[in-house]
Amino acid sequence: MDSATSETRTAAETRTPLGASAENGLKIVVVGGFGAGKTTMVRSVSEIRPLNTEETMTQAGESVDDVSGVRGKTATTVAFDFGRITLDSRNVLYLFGAPGQERFWFLWDRLFSGTLGAVVLVDTRRIDDSWYAIDRLEKHGTPFIVACNDFGGPTFTPQQIREALDLEPDVPLVNCDARSRESSKIVLITLVEHIRSRYADPARASRQELV
Amino acid sequence: MSRPGRDDSPDRLYTLTGGRSRSGPGNPFDLVTLVVAEGAPVPGMQSEHAAILRLTERPTAVVEIAAELKLPVSITRILLSDLLAAGRVSARHPRQAAVPDPDILEQVLVGLRNL
Ligand SMILES: Nc1nc2c(ncn2[C@@H]2O[C@H](COP(=O)(O)OP(=O)(O)O)[C@@H](O)[C@H]2O)c(=O)[nH]1
Ligand SMILES: [Mg+2]
Repeated sequence: MDSATSETRTAAETRTPLGASAENGLKIVVVGGFGAGKTTMVRSVSEIRPLNTEETMTQAGESVDDVSGVRGKTATTVAFDFGRITLDSRNVLYLFGAPGQERFWFLWDRLFSGTLGAVVLVDTRRIDDSWYAIDRLEKHGTPFIVACNDFGGPTFTPQQIREALDLEPDVPLVNCDARSRESSKIVLITLVEHIRSRYADPARASRQELV
Repeated sequence: MSRPGRDDSPDRLYTLTGGRSRSGPGNPFDLVTLVVAEGAPVPGMQSEHAAILRLTERPTAVVEIAAELKLPVSITRILLSDLLAAGRVSARHPRQAAVPDPDILEQVLVGLRNL
């Protein structure tokens, strides 16, 4: 435990602290299959080196909050990484890279309730990796866009990708290169503009309440 | 470097938190709640509590604290509720609403465009 504390001290020395007036944390989640480029995108726009952390849950899917209940049970761990963008003196945006696999979604509400929206990052060589994530985001009513990360594989027309993903027509679809800061920035701007127009349109907003 | 918390057996986590369960619905700490220390660590304090106070001299999000301490988020939230109850930290919770405040969305857009 002593070694953990001294590691923490070392980490603290290399940290980039927020300004003293920071008071409002915001969340955006980048979700996608293994190797889709989530960590790369977070790193491209983050002001800190992406950090990795985890949440633990028991087999039944409940989190580890009742620690005594976990004793003797097998705990499953879901890891995710994140970066940070200071927007202004008060607002800080946290960008999370989260795996799209099934067990992760047990923890979605606990970790990402109140999230502004999500980017579904798609590797077009493995399009079916993102079906589950899109399904869950639709069910949660979380605004999202789809970003196809360019790995230099076969190119598909937007129409082919929309059909393969069974996307609603109003969900924005963009191409990106997660290694590029400018490209990743455009992805995030596209998402926030989509969120804004979605909540500005009363017809969309009330339809969402019905879900 | 190993993934954080990999070697944290449930028994070690039990010891850290005294087996209490306060990260459930009653726990106010969101992943992005910004935590600020109200003072320096004092001698004899649990080492994790002291580490949190050192980390939070400036506002620091719950998820950053968990990552730096290499502890699961839920355990970090329990440690933070101890410190909050003792008045040793203050918490700046996210201003979340069912529908995001249009002014906040505008501020996010301005901030992103300035990146
Ligand atoms: N060609 C290319 N490679 C990329 C791109 N984005 C990520 N990669 C590479 O793909 C690999 C997996 O990316 P990573 O961000 O770790 O994926 P994650 O599992 O979703 O976090 C890494 O080697 C990246 O350098 C991209 O836009 N184009
Ligand atoms: Mg990754």
